[in-house]
This record gives sequence, structure tokens and C-alpha cells, in this order.
Amino acid sequence: MCLGIPGVIVEILPDQPDLATVDVSGVRRAINIGLITEDEPEPGDWILIHVGFALSKIDEVEAKAAMDFLEGIGQAYEDEIEALKESRIE
Amino acid sequence: MRYVDEYRDAGKARALAASIASLCEPGRSYKFMEVCGGHTHTIYKHGLEDYLPENVTLVHGPGCPVCVIPMGRVDDTIHIAEQPGVIMTSFGDMMRVPGGRGSFFDSKAQGADIRMVYSPLDALKIARTNPDKKVVFMAIGFETTAPSTAMTMLRAKAEGLKNFSIFCNHVTIIPAIKAILDSPDLRLDGFIGPGHVSTVIGCRPYDFIARTYGKPLVVAGFEPLDILQSIHMLLTQLAEGRSEVENQYGRVVPWDGNPKALKVINETMELRPYFEWRGLGSISHSALRVRDAHAEFDAERIFEIPGVRVADPKACQCGEVLKGVLKPWECKVFGTACTPETPIGTCMVSSEGACAAYYNFGRFSRERVREATHG
Repeated sequence: MCLGIPGVIVEILPDQPDLATVDVSGVRRAINIGLITEDEPEPGDWILIHVGFALSKIDEVEAKAAMDFLEGIGQAYEDEIEALKESRIE
Repeated sequence: MRYVDEYRDAGKARALAASIASLCEPGRSYKFMEVCGGHTHTIYKHGLEDYLPENVTLVHGPGCPVCVIPMGRVDDTIHIAEQPGVIMTSFGDMMRVPGGRGSFFDSKAQGADIRMVYSPLDALKIARTNPDKKVVFMAIGFETTAPSTAMTMLRAKAEGLKNFSIFCNHVTIIPAIKAILDSPDLRLDGFIGPGHVSTVIGCRPYDFIARTYGKPLVVAGFEPLDILQSIHMLLTQLAEGRSEVENQYGRVVPWDGNPKALKVINETMELRPYFEWRGLGSISHSALRVRDAHAEFDAERIFEIPGVRVADPKACQCGEVLKGVLKPWECKVFGTACTPETPIGTCMVSSEGACAAYYNFGRFSRERVREATHG
């Protein structure tokens, strides 16, 4: 659960500005971006996601590195992705 | 690909390993603690200890939030879950953690409604769609996770939800590190600092480790080369007679952390006078509870909590493992009575627990060494 997983913001939800559709390894889910205030998040930005919230903004290159790392870390990551798929944040 | 190859490149790792070896003074031994369970996972998964000289030892710390939850809090959660009309929600990692009366899975099998969620916001949705039920989120985690709980509570308040509450078990990393530093059992030369906790709290809270205790700390990322580089930075500091806080994970961790995350934690939660940690015992001002202003979302005020202290099973040595005094394989029940399928202690449950990480990855390389040594 303490894993941070990177994802890319696809769109900021117009009616709920704290939520963004984020693509994580092909899985698209709503992620809360309300903790990122210093530098307004926008589509195309990569973020580090932890339990449904973006904790920090990261650049694309770093995100890819973290993803490749995480894809290799095996079951813990699979569990995290499975859990994310179950998520229905609105 | 750039960065990916760099962070995982075996050639670079070997080069880094050679440089690490050259930084070590002959005849001196070095012991570094990686505070975070995520780092422990990386170290075993990638066999990083094999890259280090024999006189550099990595010690696993208390930074696995599932591992440090005492059995009594598991029992308290189950007690709440058994109350009429309650839906208990929790991160999946908690489900198999044994309490004095079994795990959440055991309780669920006996009829309690305990559900796994990915995010506290999923628990909030369950509350919205089940207005006739009392939905409780069993919140665990260090400062990495606490902002999510805080944001969820604020959202519940904004929505006027009356059937949602938090059973708050959030802990803070600094008192745990201080407890380790004050422990007479362990002599450490430095710390590999937790990456994602630092995303929230930043690097400044570690200053006392360098200043008062004279130990270097390097906040580290989670790639294999991140960790090797952090060890390199620690050894460089020691070779130069420095003890400072440095940030190897600067691409993700701002020096001052995430101010909004700290603000929402402070708005909704406050330090408890003390909290019982598995392995480390009772530590003052080491955990968070819900503030009076948000009492309506505090499960500890809504429900009667037994608050029973449950001693760890005698055979379990998670406490020593969490303090870094014992290596996982030195525990009497490791890999025999205690396995990830039938865990006795918390360190064998979470993928970030030292015992689970070592059981899944490390023991094979150790077995190979033993076979090579003994034919």
C-alpha cells in the first residue's frame, strides 16, 4: 500500500476540479489531485499516485523509470493495479 | 531508454559497487538502516546486498505501516466491525494481519462485513451508497497516507455525510527513528531515508539525526541504483567526516515536502500522547488521532473501543526484526511456522515487511551461498 505508482493525467474532470482521469499502465481511473497546489496540474503531467491521491508531480522520464521499476517488482505491484481497478472514486 | 537504463543498468550498478567498496575504510564495518519497507523490498528483490562489500550491512527498519500495528488494534477494528450495521473498510494489506482473535479475513468469514478498498475515497463511496450503514475506514500508514485520510474526512464533511468515520491508526516516522537511535541494541552509521514519506514531510525533519546524533541520512528513491547511490552518498559523507541530510530522490521529493498535505493533516488530526507500536512499545507523540473539530468522523468516539493490549505470540520476533536487531532469517519461526500463507507476525504479511520480502526473494540467494560454501 505504501507504493507510489506513476500515472499521466488525461483530463481534469470539469465538474470536480479535484479529480482527474489518470492513465496508469493502461488503466484509467479517477485520481484526486487536490494535494497538488504549488504547480497547477494539467493534462499530460505525470504524477506519483498513492492510495488514490496524487502526492507529487513528476516528469515523464521519471515516471517511466518508476513504472519500469514497479512492473518488475512483481506481486506487490500487481496487487496495487488490481486494487486500483476496483476503485470507483467519484 | 534514458533514465530507465541508467537506473537499472547492471554495468552502472557494478561501477557504483566498485566505488562503494573504495569508499570503505579497511577494517571498518558499516551498518545502515533503510527505514522504509519499500526499500527493503527493492534490496531483496534486486539482490542489492550482493553488490555491497562484506563490511557494509543493511538493517531493515520500522517503516512498514502494516508491520507496526499492534495486535490489539486489529482486535479493536474487528470489534467495531462486529457492531450492528457496520461496514468496515481497510487496505488489502491489513486483511491477513493476525490479531489476538484472528485476522480481518477470519472475522469476515464469521459474518462481519469487512471490505478491502484501494483508497479511503472508495470507503467514502461505500458510505454514500449505503446510507443506512455505518461505514468505518481503518486508516493506517505513515505521513505518506495520512493526507489521503485527511482529504477524505474533509470531503465527507463538505458532503455532510453522517455515516462515515475513520478508525485512525496513522503513525509518524520521526519518533520511530528516534526510538531506534535511542535503543541500546543497535549501533548504526547512517540512514537510507524514506522516499515517499519525505514527499509529504520534506527533508528538514531529519536534521536532528545529523545534528544531534551525528548520523548521516540520505532520502532515497526506489530504483536499485537509487539505493546504491544513496549508500554511496552515505559512505562519502562518512569518509569526509560529515553527517548531513541529503536528498538522492530530488526528482520526486521537494526539500520542504508537500505544504498542502501537511496542512490538511494538521487541520484534521493531532498527535496522540502516546501510541503502542509493535516491536517498539509505547512511544510518546508518535501517532495521530482525529481532532475535536472533526469528532463526528472519529470512530473512537462513535464506537466503544475495547483497547485491549494483546501480547505478541511468544514465538514471534517481529519486534526485534522491526528494530533491526534481528535479520528475518534469525527469527525462530521464519519460513517454518511463519510464512506469507500462514503468518504469525506482521513482518511476514505485508509485501513491504522485511520477512515477507526476504522470504519471497532473499532466501534463494542465501541458500545459493550456503550451497556454494558447503558444497
